[in-house]
Amino acid sequence: MTSHRLISNAQTGASAARPAPVATSGLVHWARQNLFDGIHNTIFTLLCCALLIATVPDLFRWAIWDAAWTSANGADACKATTGACWAIVQEKYRLMLFGTYPYEQHWRGALVVLILGVMSIVSGFRVFWTKWLLVAWCVAWVAIFVLQLGGVFGLVPTPTHLWGGLPLTLLIFFSTVIGGLPVAILLALGRQSNLPIIKALCIGFVEMVRGVPLVTVLFMAALIFPLFVPEAMTPDKFVRALIGMLMFFAAYAADIFRGGLQAIPRGQYEAAEALGLPYWQKTTRIILPQTLRIVLPALMNDIIRAFKNTTFIAIIGLFDILGATKSALEDPTWVSYGTEAYLFVIALYFVVCFSMSKYSASLERDLNKGNTR
Amino acid sequence: MTNASDSATIELRNVNKWYGDFHVLRDINMQVGRGEKVVICGPSGSGKSTLIRCINRLEEHQEGDIIVNGVELTQNVKNIDEVRRHVGMVFQNFNLFPHLTVLDNLVLAPNLVNAVPRKDAENLAMELLERVRIPEQANKFPGQLSGGQQQRVAIARSLMMKPEVMLFDEPTSALDPEMISEVLDVMGELADEGMTMICVTHEMGFAKQVADLVVFMADGEVIEAAPPTEFFTNAQNPRTQQFLKQILSH
Repeated sequence: MTSHRLISNAQTGASAARPAPVATSGLVHWARQNLFDGIHNTIFTLLCCALLIATVPDLFRWAIWDAAWTSANGADACKATTGACWAIVQEKYRLMLFGTYPYEQHWRGALVVLILGVMSIVSGFRVFWTKWLLVAWCVAWVAIFVLQLGGVFGLVPTPTHLWGGLPLTLLIFFSTVIGGLPVAILLALGRQSNLPIIKALCIGFVEMVRGVPLVTVLFMAALIFPLFVPEAMTPDKFVRALIGMLMFFAAYAADIFRGGLQAIPRGQYEAAEALGLPYWQKTTRIILPQTLRIVLPALMNDIIRAFKNTTFIAIIGLFDILGATKSALEDPTWVSYGTEAYLFVIALYFVVCFSMSKYSASLERDLNKGNTR
Repeated sequence: MTNASDSATIELRNVNKWYGDFHVLRDINMQVGRGEKVVICGPSGSGKSTLIRCINRLEEHQEGDIIVNGVELTQNVKNIDEVRRHVGMVFQNFNLFPHLTVLDNLVLAPNLVNAVPRKDAENLAMELLERVRIPEQANKFPGQLSGGQQQRVAIARSLMMKPEVMLFDEPTSALDPEMISEVLDVMGELADEGMTMICVTHEMGFAKQVADLVVFMADGEVIEAAPPTEFFTNAQNPRTQQFLKQILSH
């Protein structure tokens, strides 16, 4: 009953007992709301269940129940089972992780990976973002190259053509990002320059590198570049590949930074100028910090891609972890268990990339704190 | 205005400026003496903002001379830096640095440009925040402040450089009405302390109270310039009269 009079109204009378309202929480309610909500949804749910029942037990059986975890005598244990042959990882992990690096020197590669891992984790915490972190990175960098190259402090010399596996992958990746970011920022700033020559050079570089596939950049660096330069002046293949990777990363990141720079309001430049800040102080203290905040998600995307792009160096004959795995599988005893070896490498890549992605998300949240505009 | 040009802090002689073919400033002549307060008003698009932005070279003029504190503004970067060190500017949209706290917004420029030690700069910053009545906001970020508070921080930030001249480019236009007076109060106090000020504003109450000279601009020209008593009661030019009628009628 609705009352059309605009005065207070209240009904009187006893209410009959009613059943309790339908539960709005709990597993049954959740399932009803989300899985069996209407005929289409129910059919879809049942189909998914059927699919899971058909696949999960087999997968479980293959990967865990029937799997051969160790194999004492060649690949015998693996041959004896229809399950996964994880024994290959145990058998070949040194070759996969360190490639052609001399076997008894693997500890040096392991140390390099450890240093990079620890430094990355330490760098992740904002409380450590001081100039000492920069110093620590410089020290770490020197230590890493001493360890990798050897030839001093009684370490056996191991030139770059012997490098391989995870240390090589990580070194290429870290060098690409650490070296590429400053280049990218300079390219993006150059693109905004009032000086026509600088502007044209920066645009030309970015467009040229972005216009070709990474593989061709690497082929250029590895095969064509040495044809035009006398042999004595040709840097070794590792350095050439690194420069190729770095240029490629920098060109993409430059365009990300350009977008960020364009998003900074004109007023920020003017306020900095009105206070008398010279160009570099204005850029490093006012413009870039705000740009970095804007571009962080896109930039992280590109950094993760740079990590995965390191696999391309296998094409020019450098044995990154994927290349090293591939050559480890040339052993006739183990050649048929490539799937398991590659799954191991995939897991490794996934852990690294997923950590980066998670870290980037937390950094975004952190940087947006207290900055609601 | 009685001051001779040789004692002027700011002097503009036959200043002309074009945006492409659009003649935005036409033969501007103006002198502002030390401690004087000039209010510039006029309809939008009349060139008043452009004019004061020329005084610290955020905009470039193409003809004529602009001399600030005896330094002429030319292409010479050293001169531009020199002028900017002595001229503070407050913007319509505050333009605080959103990634820095209020305190860091204030400390940054003296610390970097004049090499004032951080501790000293912080002390001065707290003093100035006290003066604009928001010392309790020192560790907040600009985004957490109201418009009126942000504008007062912006004024304090300019004062950190101990400027001899302050330029205000419509400092209250972006504010909600109830916040306008808190900013105007601060500006009034600054005027009382003898700061040389050029202020583009439509706050005619402020002009009456504070200004030594009110300048009316239209179409890039100075149409009328007179002390406030004369300007508001006895405007000569019909365009000024029209403008005043519109702006004072509500």
